Amino acid sequence: MLMNKRIIITFFILLALLFPIIMPNSYYLYIMSLSFIWIIAVYGLNIVAGYTGYLSLAHAGFFAIGAYAFGLLTTKTEIGFWPAFILAPIITTAIGTLIGLVSLRTKEHFFAIYTLCVGYIIYLVIDKWESLTGGVRGLIGIPALPDLGPISLSAPTSQYYFVLFIMLWMVFIAYRLVHSLVGRTLIAIRNSETLALSLGISTTKNKLLSFMLSTFYAGVAGTLYASFIRFLGPEISSTTIMFDLLTYLIVGGIGTLSGPIVGTLLIVWTSQTLQFLQDYRMLIFGPLLTLIIIYSPRGIVGFISGLFRNRKARKKVAAVQVEKQV
Amino acid sequence: MFNGLTIGSIYSLVALGLTLVYGILHIPNFAHGALYMVGGYITLSAMTYLGIHYVLAIFISLLVVGILSVLMDRLVFHPLRESPPIQHKVAAIGMLLFLEAFAQMLWGADYRQMSTPFDDVINVFGLTVTLQRIIIVITAVTVMILLTIFLRKTFIGASIIAMAQNREGASLVGINTNQVTMLTFFIAGALAAIGSSLTAPINLVFPSMGHLVILKAFVIIILGGMGSVPGAILGGYILGFTESIGATYISNDYKDLIAFILLVIILTVKPQGIFSRGEQS
Amino acid sequence: MFLETRNLTKSFGGLTAVKEVDFSVDKGKINAIIGPNGAGKSTFFNLISGVHKPTSGQIKFKGEDITKLPANKIAKLGMARTFQTTSLFENATIIENVMVGHRLRTKSNLFDAVFNTKRLRNEERESYNKALEVLEFVGLLDVKDQLVANISQEEKKRTAIALALATEPEIVFLDEPTAGINPEETAALAQLIRKMSENGLTVCLIEHKMQMVMSLAEKIMVLNYGEKIAEGTPEEIQKNEQVIKAYLGGSVHA
Repeated sequence: MLMNKRIIITFFILLALLFPIIMPNSYYLYIMSLSFIWIIAVYGLNIVAGYTGYLSLAHAGFFAIGAYAFGLLTTKTEIGFWPAFILAPIITTAIGTLIGLVSLRTKEHFFAIYTLCVGYIIYLVIDKWESLTGGVRGLIGIPALPDLGPISLSAPTSQYYFVLFIMLWMVFIAYRLVHSLVGRTLIAIRNSETLALSLGISTTKNKLLSFMLSTFYAGVAGTLYASFIRFLGPEISSTTIMFDLLTYLIVGGIGTLSGPIVGTLLIVWTSQTLQFLQDYRMLIFGPLLTLIIIYSPRGIVGFISGLFRNRKARKKVAAVQVEKQV
Repeated sequence: MFNGLTIGSIYSLVALGLTLVYGILHIPNFAHGALYMVGGYITLSAMTYLGIHYVLAIFISLLVVGILSVLMDRLVFHPLRESPPIQHKVAAIGMLLFLEAFAQMLWGADYRQMSTPFDDVINVFGLTVTLQRIIIVITAVTVMILLTIFLRKTFIGASIIAMAQNREGASLVGINTNQVTMLTFFIAGALAAIGSSLTAPINLVFPSMGHLVILKAFVIIILGGMGSVPGAILGGYILGFTESIGATYISNDYKDLIAFILLVIILTVKPQGIFSRGEQS
Repeated sequence: MFLETRNLTKSFGGLTAVKEVDFSVDKGKINAIIGPNGAGKSTFFNLISGVHKPTSGQIKFKGEDITKLPANKIAKLGMARTFQTTSLFENATIIENVMVGHRLRTKSNLFDAVFNTKRLRNEERESYNKALEVLEFVGLLDVKDQLVANISQEEKKRTAIALALATEPEIVFLDEPTAGINPEETAALAQLIRKMSENGLTVCLIEHKMQMVMSLAEKIMVLNYGEKIAEGTPEEIQKNEQVIKAYLGGSVHA
């Protein structure tokens, strides 16, 4: 099984690397790059909601903070593209830490409501603070990737590879996290905070770590978004984005490692082919969300691995029975 | 100032429904805002497409939304009763998104007017108010009184309170928890529909009309105590007055922030909410 | 004194669940707390393990005042516990569940995780080996790769005990470990508890099954309505008038 997994992953990475060659259409490259950016954001949500069990409804807000931080740093200061690129996620994480310190003292439902309000406050601030963010008019003129010496990076293909590169690293970090003692600790907290505490786990520290990580991911995604789209408006912190991210995660599989990728790519590309759905996609997303969470809470990925596990278990039972007969 | 009374009445009605459901299920129904919105649209449709009188239309609306609310419980919350709470939240969000998109598809995204037979302007204590606002307050208060009597004096009402305090104990005593739950959802939906229909002639009907109200309802029940009926009523009026004062003296644009800032302050200082029930065994 | 409480009290609003209880645990012995339903036994446990903060009174463990300490710090000092409702992670295997028990003795952090440092790999191996060790101790080694969702109630109880043992405790609190299992399984669990005690662990359990408690425990405390009404050896308890009355006039031989 492990051998299979390695092969599958390598195959998909190769596919991703060859995508611009297979599909030299710049529109498709655009959609795929955007998908990668969403995937990074969804991984962030997965860490705090999927692995730690705390549904942060402020996630889109932090995405926007990352995007606006980058946008403002590059358009209103002289610090340059790359310093801004590094600073913006750090700023996002710093704000995330402050909010995490306060919001994580609340439990369960209060946390969801609290973060929902925080998200709304972020939206209001971006929308109303026109002198800083440009309000409804938005922030324009964000620079694209600067040239690395003689290599021009502003072509869609280079941008695609850049985003892919960052995304693969972020996924790798998530992979390392989930398979480590730290990941197991988060899952223990999700399972039962009381039990985790009785096992000597500092739930406060770990929850904060998880939240900080999620905002870091959101910040990175936001930064990439800003340098990719190069124009920002308050709607990127709206509940629309929040629920989009949530849908990608739930459909793909919350609390799974490949869920964010599966869910995001599946929905983004299906929405593309079903363009007429755009305005009414919630008619499908809504029930999808509800049905999946009831009947297959671990999403598509969970469903498929459930199938594999059942097959393995049935094989074991059959083997035992064969042994008994002999 | 009278505005505070009006706004507070609506907030209280919506918060009441939310707190009742939270009381027995310990789930915040994120889809409550959708029920509110559907309530407004049903009343509007009954009036414009079926020519029904405003008051009768409200009755129809509260019935329909009440049933819709019960369906929500049976089809979604009931199957999830043993599942981790995050699933309840996600499921509710799914329903919310669907209902809003559905409303938009059926009725369009425009802001619609609702007419009312109570649009006369009258003079009360030197203040000029529309009759509608008075009706809102009177209706809301009447409903709340009826509800309180129902909860205190009838057996079913007492069952709701019993279940809110101890669900297992209540079923051991022979209370049919499923029926009581359904009734509670019905009441909650009906309250939302009434609130929405009362305020619609003033605040118009549109697909996202539930958003702000529901966020504020959450703030109210956290402030007043999740599951507390008097808390929801009191909290609703307090917020209504605070907002109306804020709108007059600070800024109309930022008055919505008041509720959220209040929430952020309260939960920052007291993460369990103001009236936490302490540790429950 | 290994573990002792002095005047421990807990009130919830108007209700006093635990009232001025003085209690001491003898090191290396099997201690038990018994009492009718609602006597406050679980609350008492929760107070000692740090789940609830006492309204007043003092708790001392190994000479240190732990009254105000949170549950996770108390666990680090060497106190482990199980819960009445086993809250194991259903979607993971037994060994995956038990491995987390060793976390408090490890130091790996995010940096270690991301860079897959030597410390992380060592500590992962440590946790795995520890899990194997405790699973063998409780007799679940051959089913370690089974999903918790698929095992029996009794196996779940033993997994919970293994989890507590993985924290390398000096004292283990068991909250009704034999609830919901049949007499054979109860006897087997009693054996396990005896084995724990023989290996140097101090055990304190809440139990309803009188026969088991009387044959297992070396020191018993009886609670009723939150107050301590008796304390002593099983023989002393069985003869105690107050205790017999508390159990509704019946004899204490159940």
